Amino acid sequence: MGARGRLMRLTPYLLLAPGMLWLIIFYVYPGIQMFISSFWSGTLETGFTVSLDNWTTYTDALTRYEPQFARSLVYGAAATTICFLISYPLAYTIAFRGGRYKNVMLFLVIAPFFTSFLLRTQSWKIILGDDGILFGPLKDAGFLPPEFRVLATPAAVVAGIAYNFLPFMTLPIYVSLEKIDGRLVEAAKDLYAGPWRPGGTIAGAIIGTIVGAGLGAALSYDILVMAIVGLGAGLVVGSLFVSESFLRIVLPLSLPGVFAGSLLTFIPAVGDFVNAEILGNTQTRMIGNVIQSRFLENNDYPTAAALSFILMAGILAMVAVYAKILGTEELTSAG
Amino acid sequence: MSDNARVDSPIRPSVVLRAGRYLHHNVLYVYTAFAILYLMLPVAVMALFSFNDPPGKSNVAWHGFTLDAWLHPFGVPGLFDVVQTSLGVAFISTIVATALGTLIALALVRYNFRGSATTNMLIFLPMATPEIVLGASLLTLFVAIGEPPFFPTNFITILIAHIMFNISYVVVTVRARLYGFDRHLEEAAMDLGANEWITFWKVTFPIILPGVMAAALLAFSLSIDDYVITSFTAGRTSTFPIFIWGSARVGVPVQVNVIGTAFFLIAVGFVVITTYLQSRANRPPRPSEPAAIKQPVPEPALAAGSEA
Repeated sequence: MGARGRLMRLTPYLLLAPGMLWLIIFYVYPGIQMFISSFWSGTLETGFTVSLDNWTTYTDALTRYEPQFARSLVYGAAATTICFLISYPLAYTIAFRGGRYKNVMLFLVIAPFFTSFLLRTQSWKIILGDDGILFGPLKDAGFLPPEFRVLATPAAVVAGIAYNFLPFMTLPIYVSLEKIDGRLVEAAKDLYAGPWRPGGTIAGAIIGTIVGAGLGAALSYDILVMAIVGLGAGLVVGSLFVSESFLRIVLPLSLPGVFAGSLLTFIPAVGDFVNAEILGNTQTRMIGNVIQSRFLENNDYPTAAALSFILMAGILAMVAVYAKILGTEELTSAG
Repeated sequence: MSDNARVDSPIRPSVVLRAGRYLHHNVLYVYTAFAILYLMLPVAVMALFSFNDPPGKSNVAWHGFTLDAWLHPFGVPGLFDVVQTSLGVAFISTIVATALGTLIALALVRYNFRGSATTNMLIFLPMATPEIVLGASLLTLFVAIGEPPFFPTNFITILIAHIMFNISYVVVTVRARLYGFDRHLEEAAMDLGANEWITFWKVTFPIILPGVMAAALLAFSLSIDDYVITSFTAGRTSTFPIFIWGSARVGVPVQVNVIGTAFFLIAVGFVVITTYLQSRANRPPRPSEPAAIKQPVPEPALAAGSEA
């Protein structure tokens, strides 16, 4: 029994070993190496030397690329907000109104993401083109001024990011909504939970205005116009579609999914450079574009490593705060 | 509950209540239809432009219908090679990552051991790290090693990277399937004289196989589509996504749309067929089957949940 018992206790570690070693050697260690490399000086030809004096790489990189860092955070937040606005009603419909077509609807939502990421983005370039299939006819008909454009503006980059990372938001929200026991909502209605008209109107107006103005600022559109649009949308949604049972039962129970989805969307959005490259211009470059060109075009490994390390440290801090408050179960089960 | 601005129509105050009730019942379906159209739009454009007949290289404006690209899908120099490389990377990395990830999932679900929380965190972190950081940190490692087979970066370094980022997704997918696994079945097999090895292959493996297949499909599609990490670890080797990126500046050839559309149709067809076969296999609920086989979340949800 003794030897057998010891073997049984070792079994999980034997099962883990190959995969975990792979992750330690090719995920954990490269992170450490990246930190070391950020203290390098020298070139690929002469070789690199490590010196702590090179901490100035960090201050130089931060001051030089501060606009790109700020832009990444703003675009990431805007794209995450848009993903939430699109995803919540979608996930809600599939979870509560899908009926026997639930799986079909879920599949239809996911299917587009079986196409190549780059080709999807390339398609948006065709769709959003100045005289493309969307705006061309509208301009010809006189609905839009000829100088109107979306491609090569912040709006195109944020729209591309929001589209490409949408499932990261939709699926966690869907999973958390799907878990809700419908009898809770029925019970709330039995206990006279009705529409939430006055409260919904006020809350909708306030939230709509804030979201509209925020997106306006992020996409460098007219903040006042965007705030008014947000106000209008918020009024309609808040007064007509928010019930007390939704506010008190469904929304609180779905919040873990919303938080998980926001984190899982925001992280790749901040680090993205593909959308900014294909859909943007030189004024929309994000930190990912800088890291990529520093690494692959300039072979400026120390600066690139420092920038990546800052990005990674920021995100690890976010994940740590999240895990501390809410645990990782929701993230990994929905991810 | 909620709604989108695009469906607010001019409402006269006298009918607000009735209109509200009507909208409340139907607006979500209308909204969902619009949302699905929006999600499908780029795919439709990609497929449409695979039939385009542009005079030059640039395939961004519609010129006319032709089947040329479909009849000669590899009519562009280099395209066949990069598709071959991509398929090779995807096959090998899928097999290795699925094997390693399934073992981890088995350990995590079936055993209580010290360090399981750390293991969970280490599985989760690669999925929560931006791809650019994964690629960049691997490149610094390869540069620091500075000699073959790691530097200059090549096919092997692409494989290393793809296996690394696929492991976590495999673990998460297989683990979802292993929860609720009825261990009495294994005990029964052992009681009937099977040893651990036979029990695993005759009882455990067939039960987890659909989960393992879903994980492999997910790993394959992640691998074949990856551009960001591959761009850091490829060196002079080219894959299909790297080819697309490289040609994006001068104009993506029509043939790329053909191959993209074909990949899309194959992936969708594969998911539809496996889901159909599985639902048919599960339909007559035989009492001998454990409830765990039927999964609340369908395969496509897991398969694409972490895509992009």
